[in-house]
Amino acid sequence: MAFDSFGAFLAMEGHGPYVWASYGVFFVLMAVLMVGSYRRRNAVLQSCRQHAGSRSSRAPKPDSDTAPATAASFTRVDVSQD
Amino acid sequence: MWPFFHKLGSPKWFYGIATRLMPWLLVLGLLCLGAGLVWGLAFAPKDYLQGNSYRIIFIHVPSAFLAQSIYIMMASAAVVTLVWRMKLADVFVKATAPVGLVLTFISLFTGAVWGKPTWGTWWIWDARLTSMLILLFLYGGVIALDRAINDEKSAARAVAILVLVGVVNIPIIKYSVDWWNTLHQPATFKLTEKPSMPAEMWVPLLLSVIGLYLLFGWLACLRMQTEILIREQRTRWVQDLFHVNEGVR
Repeated sequence: MAFDSFGAFLAMEGHGPYVWASYGVFFVLMAVLMVGSYRRRNAVLQSCRQHAGSRSSRAPKPDSDTAPATAASFTRVDVSQD
Repeated sequence: MWPFFHKLGSPKWFYGIATRLMPWLLVLGLLCLGAGLVWGLAFAPKDYLQGNSYRIIFIHVPSAFLAQSIYIMMASAAVVTLVWRMKLADVFVKATAPVGLVLTFISLFTGAVWGKPTWGTWWIWDARLTSMLILLFLYGGVIALDRAINDEKSAARAVAILVLVGVVNIPIIKYSVDWWNTLHQPATFKLTEKPSMPAEMWVPLLLSVIGLYLLFGWLACLRMQTEILIREQRTRWVQDLFHVNEGVR
């Protein structure tokens, strides 16, 4: 430990406000970014799930992977790179 | 090489790989960053000149480092977007620009707070600080330009060109402390030399840098997944993500 007591750790010999303000901003912004990104991914995933659910209730799921979902959707075509 | 390259550009392949990588990136990232910061805050010795304010280095340097690295990665992706039109490269730029913006802001903010007790001022218009501020505006510009253009392909091209033009700023940031007189101290880590600080200081710093890199990896995977889902929601494979889980039962 570089400090004698917890009080000394918080005070940082007068530099406490600077150090803790920096770490505070870092933690808050990183937490907002990480939690926000995670929630957004899950929300988008949820809306895709509902989309897929409404599709499958109207039309039975085709058993082949290559069958198009609906007439309006586009399918990806793998073009040979050679 | 070509099959691998082709696979790398496939959003479906990336989505699966990202799902598998993400738990590792998150856990290892939090462990490294946590260890580095606790060590740096409570156990590393205090600096003989700057006192305890130097402990800001353990977040300032990693975020400034990442802010520049992310821009370089975005520029590499921009080349791929322009030359090979690979969708995933554009997804990367779009997903990571906000992360770069936040990290640049953190490095500027912590730098200002560190500058007050060390230099006696929050801000000076010196080369290093100004070029970092330009980096912040570049990130903001990339995000704004992408949102301003509705057509996905035109947006991808325009953003890629802006990112590439802005890349000149990166060497300016890096060498600003050598080219001009500045209050800012020179680089802590150099590839060719031993660090100028003792191991009790640079080891926790290195841990924090590695930890933040890993967390960036997690964020990049997560945000790219989001962007891929939005773009590909009508495709077979995205809908199959749910059918595989629900359809059989």
